[in-house]
Amino acid sequence: MLQPAKVNQTNDFAFKLANVNGTGSASANGLIMQAIFRMGIPVSGKNLFPSNIQGLPTWYEVRVNKDGHTSRTPDFDLMVAMNAETYAMDIREVTSGGYLLYDSSWPLDKALHRPDVTFLGVPLAKMCTETFSESRERILMKNIVYVGVLAALLCIDMDVIAKILEEKFKGKPALMESNRRAIKLGYDFAIDNFECPLPIRLEKMNATQDSILIDGNTATALGCLYAGVTVAAWYPITPATSVMDAFKQLCGKYRKDADTGKNKYCIVQAEDELAAVGVVIGASWNGARAFTSTAGPGISLMGELIGLAYYAEIPVVIVDVQRTGPSTGMPTRTQQGDILACAYASHGDTKHILLFPANPEECFYLAVQAFDLAERFQTPVFLLSDLDIGMNDWVCNKLTWDDTYVPNRGPVVTRAELENMDKFYRYSPENDDAVAARSFPGVHSKGAFFTRGSGHNKFGGYTEIPDDYQEVMDRLARKHRHAAEAVPSPDIRTQPGATIGIISLGGCDSAVREAVGILKNQGIVADYMRVKGFPFGESVVKFIDSHTTNFVVEQNRDAQLKTLLIAETPVSKERLRSILVYGGFPLSARHVVDGIKKHTET
Amino acid sequence: MASMKKPAVAHPSLTPNKLGLVVRDYEGAMSTLCAGCGHDSVTAAIVRAFYELSIPPHMIAKLSGIGCSSKTPTYFVSGAHGFNSAHGRMPAIATGANAANKSLAYIGISGDGDSLSIGLGQLCHAIRRNLNMLYVIENNGVYGLTKGQFSASTDVGSKSKRGEPNQQRPIDPVLLALSLGASFIARSFSGDKTQLVPILKAALRHDGFALVDVISPCVTFNDHVGSTKSYSHTRKHRLEVVQTDFVPLGQEISTDYAPGTTQSVTMHDGSQVRFTKVAEDYDPTDHEGVQSYIQACQAKGEIPTGLLYLDETSVDMHAANATVDVPLSEVSYDKLCPGSATLEQFQRAYR
Repeated sequence: MLQPAKVNQTNDFAFKLANVNGTGSASANGLIMQAIFRMGIPVSGKNLFPSNIQGLPTWYEVRVNKDGHTSRTPDFDLMVAMNAETYAMDIREVTSGGYLLYDSSWPLDKALHRPDVTFLGVPLAKMCTETFSESRERILMKNIVYVGVLAALLCIDMDVIAKILEEKFKGKPALMESNRRAIKLGYDFAIDNFECPLPIRLEKMNATQDSILIDGNTATALGCLYAGVTVAAWYPITPATSVMDAFKQLCGKYRKDADTGKNKYCIVQAEDELAAVGVVIGASWNGARAFTSTAGPGISLMGELIGLAYYAEIPVVIVDVQRTGPSTGMPTRTQQGDILACAYASHGDTKHILLFPANPEECFYLAVQAFDLAERFQTPVFLLSDLDIGMNDWVCNKLTWDDTYVPNRGPVVTRAELENMDKFYRYSPENDDAVAARSFPGVHSKGAFFTRGSGHNKFGGYTEIPDDYQEVMDRLARKHRHAAEAVPSPDIRTQPGATIGIISLGGCDSAVREAVGILKNQGIVADYMRVKGFPFGESVVKFIDSHTTNFVVEQNRDAQLKTLLIAETPVSKERLRSILVYGGFPLSARHVVDGIKKHTET
Repeated sequence: MASMKKPAVAHPSLTPNKLGLVVRDYEGAMSTLCAGCGHDSVTAAIVRAFYELSIPPHMIAKLSGIGCSSKTPTYFVSGAHGFNSAHGRMPAIATGANAANKSLAYIGISGDGDSLSIGLGQLCHAIRRNLNMLYVIENNGVYGLTKGQFSASTDVGSKSKRGEPNQQRPIDPVLLALSLGASFIARSFSGDKTQLVPILKAALRHDGFALVDVISPCVTFNDHVGSTKSYSHTRKHRLEVVQTDFVPLGQEISTDYAPGTTQSVTMHDGSQVRFTKVAEDYDPTDHEGVQSYIQACQAKGEIPTGLLYLDETSVDMHAANATVDVPLSEVSYDKLCPGSATLEQFQRAYR
C-alpha cells in the first residue's frame, strides 16, 4: 500500500490517545506528558473527557512544539486508538502520512483502513493477558504497554520514564514492578516489529528547566493560600471542584498550627452555591479573607447575594472556572461564556471587577491580586478561569513569591481610631478610590453599624430618599471606574507595519500568539492586545483606537468581550469584529488564522 | 427599615450588670413595627438576656434576613454590629461570620417565611453543621410585610383575615430541628417573658445551634378569631412542658425545688440549665421521647412550650473543623503565608 512518508518532524508534532474512561488511561497519559516535559521540550496536554465516571470515550491530546506553541492543534500525526467505539472518528483525525497505533489482539475492520496512514498493530490485550494474572491489572497495564511502545516510536527517554516511575511508586514495589514490566513489554515489541523511531520524534532540549507542569486550579488554590485566605466555601461542580480539593490539601499541609495541630482555616462545603457565596460574604464582613470557587451554573445561583456584596460593599473573591453553557451545557468542555454574567451579576445596577488569567501561572498571581482588589475596593472580584486552564496541565514558569508582600486590606478603622472618633460612618468619608473605611465586628462598639442590602445613604442609614440613594449609587460607579487602572493592564505586543489589531483574553492567548506568527508569515501583520482585567483602562481604548480593524477573539457565541468593550469604552463598534469559537474544545491557532483571513479576503 | 432614636432618659432604678452597663445599653432604636406586635416583646426579652449575661455589646453580632422579624435587630444592642442580609440567606452569612470569628455571640433573627419557606434549606444546613448561634424564629404564621399571605407555619384550617382556611400542612420548626439533630430546641411565646428570658440566656451559652421558635402574634394580619397564631389562641392552647432556669457559672442556686422534680444539665462553660418538670415523664434530653411527646401534644391541638430538647454533648462547627482557638480573622498574615522557600519546595512535585 502506498504511504506518503512523513518528513522529519523532530519536536514538532501532535498525537492523540483515544481511550475509554475509567480504564486508568489518565495516569499513562500523564506519564507521557511528564516524561516529555522532563526531556526539556515544550509540551501541552489537553484532556477531553466526558461527564461520566466509567465507560465513555475520552481523549488525551499531546502537542510537542520546540518553539513553545502549545495551544490545541486539531491535526494529529499519530493516533493511539484504544477505543473500538471511536475508531471511525479517530482515524479521520490523523494527518495524511500519519500513524495509527491499535490493539491488534483482534482484527481491525477493513473498512476503517486509510491508504495514507500507517497502521501499527500491537497485541496489547494479548500481551497483558499473557503477562499479568489479575483482570484489573490486565486492563490497567494495557495503557502502560502503549507508553512503552510510544517510548520506542517517539524516542521518549527511558531513563526519564524509569525515574518518574520510581518517584511515583516509591514504597509500592509490586506496582513499580508491574509498570516496569509493561513498559519494557511495549518497548521491546516496538523495537522488534517497527522501524523505530518514527520521523515524528523527540530530542532532548533545555526549554523547560525553569518551568513547572501544573494545572490552573491547583495554581489558583496556591494563590488563595498565599493570599492568606482562612475561610472558603463551595459546592462541588465540574470543572471547579479541584480548586477546593487542592486548597483543602494545601491547608492540610501548610495551615496546621505547629504547637496544637489545629487548623488555621475553615472550609465549608455548603448546600448550594448561593449559600457558599453567603458564607464568603459573612466571613469577609467579619474580617477574614474568604473565597468560593464555582462554574457558570453556580454564578447564576449566586446572583442574589453578589448584589448584596456589591451594594453593602463587602469584599468577595469568586473563582469561576468557566465551562460550556447555557444551563447544564457541557460540563466537561471549555468556554468563555460567563463574561457578561459576571460583569453585571445580580439585579439592579451592578458592575464588578473581573480578572482574566491566561494560564496557571497567572491563576496564581491574579488570585492573590483578586483579594487585594476586593479589599481595596470592597467589592466582589471574579477570577475568570476556564476548564482548559483549570483542569489541564500546562508548562509554565516556576512560580515565585515575594516575601515582602503585605496584603492590601483596603481602608479599615482600628480600635484606637474608633476610640478617638466622634462618630463612625460606614460609607463616608471616601478616599481617593471612592471607598470608605470598614469596621470589623468585635473591635469596638463605636464601630458598630448596620450592614444592609436595602437602600442606604452615605452614612449607612436606611433611606428611601432619591438623592441620598443616588449619591451612594454614583459613588459605587465612581469606585468601579477607579478600579480600571488598578486591575492588571493589558498585555500588548505590537509589530512594525501592523495593519490590524487582535484583541483576546484568558485561555485564548497561546492560540492567538501562535496565529500572530502564522499570519505574519502569510503577510498579515497584527498587533495583539490581551485584556487582563475589567473595568477597562485607558490603554485598552488607545489600542482599539489605533487600529481601524480589531479582531476580537473569544470563546462564546455572543461576542461577550466585544459587547463589554462596546458598552464600557467610548470606542466605535465599527472598529471591532468578532472571531468566535465556542464548540467546547480549546482554541487552535488555525481558528484565528482562518477567521482573520476570511475577513481580510472579503 | 426606618428607625428612630430613643430619647436618652435614664431610669434611676436601673442597676448595672457585671460590666457596669444598664439595660438601656442593650437597647436599640425605636421599633417601627405595629403597636402590639409580638416581635417587640421578643426584642425586650433579648435585651434582657444580653444584659443579664453581661455580654459586651461589641462582642455581639446580630444577623437577620428579610421580613418584619428581620427588622428587629435594629431595636436591640445598638453597640453591636448588625447585618440585615437577604431573604432566607442569613444562615449562610452567619456561618461565614462565625467561621471567621468564633469569639462573638451570634444571634440571628428570622421569621416563619424567612426560615420555613425561602430559607428552609439554609436553616436545615446551619442546623446540620451545628453552627454556634442563637437562632430565633419570630413565628406568626403569616407574611406581614406583604400583607397577610399564609406562611409555611400556618396550621391546617387556620383562617386568613378574609376567612379562607389554610389547606397545606405546616412545617413545624421544632420537629424539623429535632429530625436534623439540633442540639438546643425551644419554643416559647412572645407574651411570656418569664419563660423566654432564661431560654434565651441558656441558648446564648449553648455551644452549638440553639433554635428558639417564638410564637409571636401579628396584630395586624393574624390576630383574629379562627387564626391559630393569635394571642388568645396561643394563650389558651399553649402547654408549658418544662420550666427552665438558667443558672450562670458561679451563681448559687437559690430556689428550693421539691425533690425529684428537677433535672440539671451542665453547659460547656459550667453554667447550669435547670429544668423543673411540669409534665410528668418528660425528659428534655431524651431525643425520641421528646419527639413523640410533641407529636402527641400537637395531635391534641396543644402547643408545647419550654426548652424542649437539649444536648450538651454535641460538637459545633469549629470543633468539628478543629480550628485554632484564636479567631481566624485575627491570625496574623505571617502565620498564614508559607513563604517563598516553601513555594519553591512545593513545586518540586510539579517537575
